[in-house]
Amino acid sequence: MDQFLQQVVNGLSLGSIYALIALGYTMVYGIIKLINFAHGDIYMLGAYIGFAAVTIGGLGFFPALIAAMVLCALIGILTERIAYKPLRNSPRITLLITAIGISFFMEYAMMYFVGANVRAFPDVLPKTQYRLGSVVINLQQIAIIVTTIVLMVVLQFIVHKTKIGKAMRAVSADRDAAELMGIKVDQTISATFAIGSALAGAAGVLVGIFYNSINPLMGMMPGLKAFVAAVFGGIGIIPGAMIGGISIGVIETMVSGYGSSMYKDAVVFAILILVLIFKPSGLLGKNVREKV
Amino acid sequence: MEIRQMRKRNTVIALILMIGSFALIQALIMGGVIRSYQQVTLATICINIILAVGLNLVTGFTGQFSLGHAGFMAIGAYACAIITLKNGSVAGFLLGILAGAVLATVFGILIGIPTLRLKGDYLAIATLGFAEIIRIFAQNLTITGGAAGLNGIPKFTNWPWLWAFTCLSILLVNAFIHSSHGRACIAIREDEIAAEAMGINTTKYKVMAFAIGAFFAGIGGALYASTFYILKPTTFGFMKSIDILMIVVLGGMGSITGSVIAAVVLAVITTALQSFSELRMVLYAVMLVAIMLFRPQGLMGDRELPLPSEWKNRRKKQPQSAAE
Amino acid sequence: MALLTVKNLTKSFGGLTAVSDVNMAIEPGELVGLIGPNGAGKTTLFNLLTGVYEPTTGKILLNTNGKEREIQGQKPYRICGEGIARTFQNIRLFKELTVLDNVRIAMHQNVKYQMLPGAFFHTPGYVKEEERLKKEAEELLDIFQLTHKKDEKAKNLPYGEQRHLEIVRAMATKPDLLLLDEPAAGMNPKETAALTQTIAQLRRDFGLTILLIEHDMSLVMKVCERIYVLNYGQMLAQGLPEEIRNNKLVIEAYLGEDMNA
Repeated sequence: MDQFLQQVVNGLSLGSIYALIALGYTMVYGIIKLINFAHGDIYMLGAYIGFAAVTIGGLGFFPALIAAMVLCALIGILTERIAYKPLRNSPRITLLITAIGISFFMEYAMMYFVGANVRAFPDVLPKTQYRLGSVVINLQQIAIIVTTIVLMVVLQFIVHKTKIGKAMRAVSADRDAAELMGIKVDQTISATFAIGSALAGAAGVLVGIFYNSINPLMGMMPGLKAFVAAVFGGIGIIPGAMIGGISIGVIETMVSGYGSSMYKDAVVFAILILVLIFKPSGLLGKNVREKV
Repeated sequence: MEIRQMRKRNTVIALILMIGSFALIQALIMGGVIRSYQQVTLATICINIILAVGLNLVTGFTGQFSLGHAGFMAIGAYACAIITLKNGSVAGFLLGILAGAVLATVFGILIGIPTLRLKGDYLAIATLGFAEIIRIFAQNLTITGGAAGLNGIPKFTNWPWLWAFTCLSILLVNAFIHSSHGRACIAIREDEIAAEAMGINTTKYKVMAFAIGAFFAGIGGALYASTFYILKPTTFGFMKSIDILMIVVLGGMGSITGSVIAAVVLAVITTALQSFSELRMVLYAVMLVAIMLFRPQGLMGDRELPLPSEWKNRRKKQPQSAAE
Repeated sequence: MALLTVKNLTKSFGGLTAVSDVNMAIEPGELVGLIGPNGAGKTTLFNLLTGVYEPTTGKILLNTNGKEREIQGQKPYRICGEGIARTFQNIRLFKELTVLDNVRIAMHQNVKYQMLPGAFFHTPGYVKEEERLKKEAEELLDIFQLTHKKDEKAKNLPYGEQRHLEIVRAMATKPDLLLLDEPAAGMNPKETAALTQTIAQLRRDFGLTILLIEHDMSLVMKVCERIYVLNYGQMLAQGLPEEIRNNKLVIEAYLGEDMNA
């Protein structure tokens, strides 16, 4: 039972990171129906920006987090403007291949500039551990979970209580109608990319302080898994991404803890396939049908 | 032109191209122009053509977007490697290729039946997931050598073998495309609902195209194993699937000659940039995005390379279509 | 015995009942019209007949080759194989393919060679069969004088000819019952008149049974022998064109629309 609780705690912290990345996937998918393959790499860039802020800038955890979020937001807006906007009326497959290209570009440009080797992320938080019974939780995990909760609350506020949030919801429901109602679609899409990318950037810094190591290809696997999380919860649905992210994190830790860590990735992909086949709209989604 | 005449003409052209290409490369090898280093590039081109032609059938002609072609390639590669490691004769090699192709086809059918109900990017992600699962199994099973992979696989591939399998793949896929069954597949790409309303069992033909694609991926994988005599599970990751997709997209979805040309062009570029490995990947990425932005239909679109006899017709036709 | 019998057919989408307790019977060789205001459920009924939707309740019976069987809820390709072909209201041709290929694709279910060896090895059987397909496709294209355009892409045909090609394509499946969904939509009166003649001729030459949805009353009143009227998903009336023209309920449903146009 204690081991189980311990796995839950570990799963929650991993799941929080997946949830933060999954939010960006789901928001972008909701608004322009694109699986933004480069999203995992924005998370990688966030980790490197955090790393630079701490090692070169000498900043602490909180300022580094903000720096990564702001810069990632800018990078997100830029990629959308350069690569995705010209293709807004192209087939979705064209857009998807473009996203894959952008993803490779970020990974290998990063590798070209900083090298392929793994870097150690400095300790920005003390390595304090707390014991609740026999369950151990460290300060890093608390930082991850608390940051995630705060960001999610802020996101819910933005989406439901602000003008830009209303515009985002309108554009994802019907872009043409929103445009006719005077909503600035381009700005709204940019804002969506900015928010999604900022969340991924935050996840990058959090992962840096948790695992202490970063590399240019670190975004691939978590990116894919966060996408699985978004699909699991119901793609395009914000609470779905949160639930999906946490679930995938917990399931993955459970498989590692009780089964074989070798197959943890396989289990995640198996979940993806099962969800796609049996309930492609995800846990919280509704089924839609093509009109003939 | 009548079908019989056209068939006769096409057979002649195919024979000329096949014998010509074989003789030319063979002469270059014997003359020492193509050395062992370039022979690796040559093998890569052939294997990539086989893989791309198969994927083109699935993605270009049938319109089913697959990001998991490397998974089927892995099955073919491991099957052939395991068999030739046990039986290192030419018979073992051929048996290995056959086993790899058949096993990949079986997996193609098993994976295709549930996933091909999905559409567009959902299908892409599901196939990616399956390919990753295959790779993870290759990484953990004893028979596939785990993470270390297999090595010391006997090498049988040489230019005649590669040439034979490449020609066979191109000819068979091309023949299929120009049959009623092939047209049924193309109809699915054009409009699945209309195709179904016209009596085409769309599920059956999607799975069939997927299985045929997997069959050729199996052959490509088997030849890969025999050419490079080392197999590592990491070879067959997501990146490999993208490599093959890139050939199909660059050449033009729905153009077989496009896939052949793109396989050659990409191999030449890759070889030329060999010494700048990271920069090469950056350029590769930039190229992928640039094609999508400026020429999403690829080099050939869905056309084939026109034959000399068709050049005149094309020129004659153009003013007409421009007037419309 | 009726070629097509529809018994108590109902289709609900969530809370909305698009087709409600509909009964129909179409005799072999008849040319029947299906009319009704926008949103009356006409296309939904077509989608039920062709297997695009599965009915919530009710039966669809088809009687060809001397045996009657239930076909409701079967897959569209099977229903096509049973002998019902259709056209689409919003044209759904294979746009990037040639006119000839559009027709040949619809002949696929009757092709006699197999994938192995025929399709892969282009056996003599393949050659013979492909020659037959081409010849028969050209004959069908002749009905609408489309043969000389057989190598053009379908998307390059003018609008009216695209509608014609849809009919040719449906004919290529060798149907017993042809369902036409607004075949004259977007055509001018002259084109509509020509189409009216061709439909009548098709029925004579091929011994077809036709059910057509149409908004153009002139076409319906001129060619149809019998008319069904749908309104709010329910069968409002049926009868001869004269009877429908003077039916009070129908006039009310169409209030404001000119029945004599």
